[in-house]
Amino acid sequence: MEVIMVKIQIDGTFYEVNPDKNLLHTCLALGFDIPYFCFHPALGSVGACRMCAVKKFANADDKKGRIVMSCMEPVTDGLIISTSDPDIKVFRAAVIESLMTNHPHDCPICDEGGECHLQDMTVMSGHNYRRFVFKKRTYSNQYLGPFIHHEMNRCIQCYRCVRFYRDYAGGRDLAVSGSANHVYFGRQTEGALESEFSGNLIEVCPTGVFTDKTLKEHYTRKWDMTYAPSICIQCSAGCNITVGERYGSVRRILSRYNGAVNGYFLCDRGRFGYLSTNSPERIKGIMVRDPQENIQKEISRDGYLSVINSAIIGKKIAGIGSPVASLEANFALEAMVGRENFYHGIDGEKFDLERTAIQILKNSSVHSPSLKEIERSDAVLILGEDPAISAPMIALAVRQASRNRSIRMAAKSGIPSWNDAAVRELAQKIKSPVFIATPLTTSLDDLAELRYNSPTSDIARLGSVISSIIDKIEPLSAGSDKSLNDIAQRIAGVLMDAENPVIITGLQHNDKKVLQAAANITAALHHNGKKPSISIIFPECNSLGLALMEGGSLDNLFEVILQGDVETLIILENDLYKRADKKKVDSIFKKCKNVIVLDSLLNETSKQADILLPSGTFAESTGTIVSSEGRGQRYYRVLPVNGHIKDSWKHISEMIEITGISKDLHWEHFDDIVASFTDSYPFFSKIREIIPGSEFRFFNEKIARQTIRFSGRTAMNANDSVSEPKPPGDDDSPLSFSMEGYKGVPPSDLVSYYWSPGWNSVQATNKYMDEPYGSAKGGNPGVLLFDHKT
Amino acid sequence: METPLTQYIKPDRLPPGIEDYKKAGGYSGTIKAIKEMSPSDIKTLVKSSGLSGRGGAGFPTGVKWELVPVDANGNGYKYLVANADEMEPGTFKDRYLLEGNPHQLLAGMIIASYAIGAQKAYIFLRWAYKKAEAIIRKAIAEAYDAGYLGNNILGTGYDLDIYIHSSAGRYICGEETALLNSLEGKRGIPRTKPPFPAISGLFGQPTAVNNVETLCWISHIIEKGADWFRKLSLTGEGGTKLYGVSGRVRNPGLWELPMGTTMREIIYDHAGGMLEGYKLKGVIPGGVSTDFMIESQLDTKMDFASVRAAGSRLGTGTMIVLDDKTCPVAFIHSMIKFFAQESCGWCTPCREGLPWVEKILASFENGTAKYDDIEILEFHTQYMAPGNTFCAHAPGAMEPLQSGLRYFREEFVRHINEKHCPWR
Repeated sequence: MEVIMVKIQIDGTFYEVNPDKNLLHTCLALGFDIPYFCFHPALGSVGACRMCAVKKFANADDKKGRIVMSCMEPVTDGLIISTSDPDIKVFRAAVIESLMTNHPHDCPICDEGGECHLQDMTVMSGHNYRRFVFKKRTYSNQYLGPFIHHEMNRCIQCYRCVRFYRDYAGGRDLAVSGSANHVYFGRQTEGALESEFSGNLIEVCPTGVFTDKTLKEHYTRKWDMTYAPSICIQCSAGCNITVGERYGSVRRILSRYNGAVNGYFLCDRGRFGYLSTNSPERIKGIMVRDPQENIQKEISRDGYLSVINSAIIGKKIAGIGSPVASLEANFALEAMVGRENFYHGIDGEKFDLERTAIQILKNSSVHSPSLKEIERSDAVLILGEDPAISAPMIALAVRQASRNRSIRMAAKSGIPSWNDAAVRELAQKIKSPVFIATPLTTSLDDLAELRYNSPTSDIARLGSVISSIIDKIEPLSAGSDKSLNDIAQRIAGVLMDAENPVIITGLQHNDKKVLQAAANITAALHHNGKKPSISIIFPECNSLGLALMEGGSLDNLFEVILQGDVETLIILENDLYKRADKKKVDSIFKKCKNVIVLDSLLNETSKQADILLPSGTFAESTGTIVSSEGRGQRYYRVLPVNGHIKDSWKHISEMIEITGISKDLHWEHFDDIVASFTDSYPFFSKIREIIPGSEFRFFNEKIARQTIRFSGRTAMNANDSVSEPKPPGDDDSPLSFSMEGYKGVPPSDLVSYYWSPGWNSVQATNKYMDEPYGSAKGGNPGVLLFDHKT
Repeated sequence: METPLTQYIKPDRLPPGIEDYKKAGGYSGTIKAIKEMSPSDIKTLVKSSGLSGRGGAGFPTGVKWELVPVDANGNGYKYLVANADEMEPGTFKDRYLLEGNPHQLLAGMIIASYAIGAQKAYIFLRWAYKKAEAIIRKAIAEAYDAGYLGNNILGTGYDLDIYIHSSAGRYICGEETALLNSLEGKRGIPRTKPPFPAISGLFGQPTAVNNVETLCWISHIIEKGADWFRKLSLTGEGGTKLYGVSGRVRNPGLWELPMGTTMREIIYDHAGGMLEGYKLKGVIPGGVSTDFMIESQLDTKMDFASVRAAGSRLGTGTMIVLDDKTCPVAFIHSMIKFFAQESCGWCTPCREGLPWVEKILASFENGTAKYDDIEILEFHTQYMAPGNTFCAHAPGAMEPLQSGLRYFREEFVRHINEKHCPWR
């Protein structure tokens, strides 16, 4: 639908703008700094905080004007406003002054200090002198579980927390109670927050009411952390994250904006799952099994050279890749052992399923939707997969999709989509159709127009009946089951009525028939002139990437090993005991003389290694992974190379060099392996073409990982020496381990942290996009590997 | 002088039952409306009568009904809500009508519902009106038995159910959109307008919310016409009005008088003037969220336009008289304390501003106020001006304060100079 732009006048200048957005959104998109609290681009407007006041003039002759809240103001042709009128300045300062009557002056000991939206808005408003001389109101705080710290005295009652938690994310156990100036945001009784999206409260809260308890354990101010752009490895949704580090340990994860994927938010697994990187169980040195004592011992470099030579040279080697390792690491292993000796490290059943899924995705008529596209769809069928468990952010996207009918309905009544409370009031329980066919209940069940909880065999049958109905073919198997037939009729009817239905399925239940049924429905809709898309949720963060490479399954490998052919086994970041039966795995370890494991944590597999090499986690390495959508995205190390911990591909590259088994394979830098990989797999060539390589410079500069206010560089090691050490180098990326570098808005793949003058909080994120909640500036991160069809 | 609204109300007697009410001609307007008139005829008639909302805002009732669209959203119902949440301090006019003649309200509600096409109607009643609740429940039951409510009313095919809901007791729920939220079981917080309740009201459906006194007029207007209604008034605004007076007057009470009766006549002729030894210092004309008026304004005609012209608002038309032996600061403090407590807590100026004002006024009363505090109070009257807050609650609270600061500034200063309340 084409938008007819309107002309408005802000502070005497004319602008052509989109009338579908509210005035605050419009002003922010144009770069005006208008303070706000209760507004959030993803949550819409409710007009509670009164901070975003502007002056509106009736016409060119009106000199007096009147104060309006820009978040609640529609943008109409000829609108004349002032963002800096003296009355506005007085009013905004007054709003801050009244909020400060109860807000404690505890910024120095507050975790939010230095990245606090309230601090920023206070400075922006100009309020600085305190006239209130009475006592402040105080509250009791609640224990909200291991992740979120609660400090209610700091609350400024913007209502964003409950609007995110309940309205946006569907949570039930956080609510507002009380009234007047005793409003309380918490649970009815103390206890861990139940929502899988509770961590977003940390970023949604404009001040220090909800803060990151895991950060508190090893607290560091925002400006003292080193950051790197990264991709969440907890599932296959491909959410973009920012990793914060100090003194060699990861301190926290924040959401990194990707307008096509996770937007402003993350699930709790993604946000808090980082703690393992700091685990005492980490493998730090090169370990070799002492045959006498049968224990793994750290070994010197010289010792390593000899054991690795004897394990590799002249030996029959097989390599096991991993769906949680990067494309580059998997490729390095594949190249070292040879394509015919490379195995994917997943069992035969999953391997087979992934091949089927890829066939579906490669089909020219199929479109794999981004999370944003799922949010915009007008009908959703979930077939045999619980996204709330396998990829929670996809479930959150479905929750937003369920609102589309109500937003359209509101538009008919003249209510704009941003008028959040009014849209929800009008909609009541009206939702876009969401059908959920899963073996068990899901946390999305409250959205379902129809639920079908049955074994996957039934779900596959339901799917095939639906596609038969759409294709007007008489279903073969449903004749006897009337209720299944009725359900299928209803779902097929709705999908056919929808404009852009989405089918969500996945590999969760290992049922190929479900996958095929979902594909058949998509194909049938396509034949019938619809624009369907199919989201296949893969089990792990790089399952799809690995599946797109050559190689066999773990079951194939077991056969080869049992035939007694393999002498040395190299296992890349993979705990085989989680992939296959214990007896089987035990038997292959017995068969292979040399087991080389590259991993970051001790687990049942790495404990069996004869040679154990310390791999870097996502925080200590750089790599590319492919999300379920088919989006290739790169994560960058936040920790400089330290000791023996290295990217897995570097360990492999070193092995090749030491042993001299191949003269052709030589990768010095990350760019080298990417080049070698994409030459070998042209399907992935876009990764090399689009994601900036290490030579990339922005305005002749690297992009800084450290904030411009990074204060600790000279002080950090002052107990040892006051001289300033040279910052570590990074030949693998265009990012610097330093505060030196480009300070503006870099390409979206390379955004380390969000900051803009006057915007120290996460709200600075909005300065990094075309418009709030729009695309990241210069396009959203990542490259789409499958041809995009709409 | 005609007193249509209160003619059958005898405060010392039980309200008329349905038989008595019918004998006196009650429900004849209702029968005429739903049997002989189309909804648009009714809306046109009410609009031409000039009946305006008696809850305090004075919005034309017929216009409000015309804003309700023909169709409900989806498969829902349209709704009529009688706002009987009379929590305005000093106001007790609706109570008089509810307890004195419940069928008059029901008769009006049936017509109003029919006019807007509502199939469900609610009476949202102040929590404390227990007696009224019992009386209305009985009247509703009688109306069902008599065929005025339920399915196929009087054989016309029109269906209507009326329910009564007793509020949990929050002042803000008298605000029509907070009322609707409360009625839905949500937090009693006002909604943004637009959309107005006519478009998206109760349960997101087209809804008209009318004050009790307004609804009590409808059957009379149907029966006797718009001209008759207009001629009851002394000014351009039709009808009679329930006026009340409280404070240190000889005969506090409530009277139905022609719209536009002067304040002087109401206070001196009907309420008997000030008690011996007390002088009139000021008058809050219509519930506490209206500006003070003073003695020189006593000849103001008590209708919406005249009181507005005098710098205040008619509001509910129930006056509170301030005398010279009551501290005006304490008087205002008491009101602000009420408003601060009854804020819903949604928007910043109201939630944070009113408690600050309350604390400053308390400091005047305990003798610790400073000269700067007057400035801070005046600042707040600007800060919480209409448009700056989410709803009219805080601006209403500022009305007696801003006019109090204007008329009684000397008394404020005396508190500071003498370091205690001069009235204590």
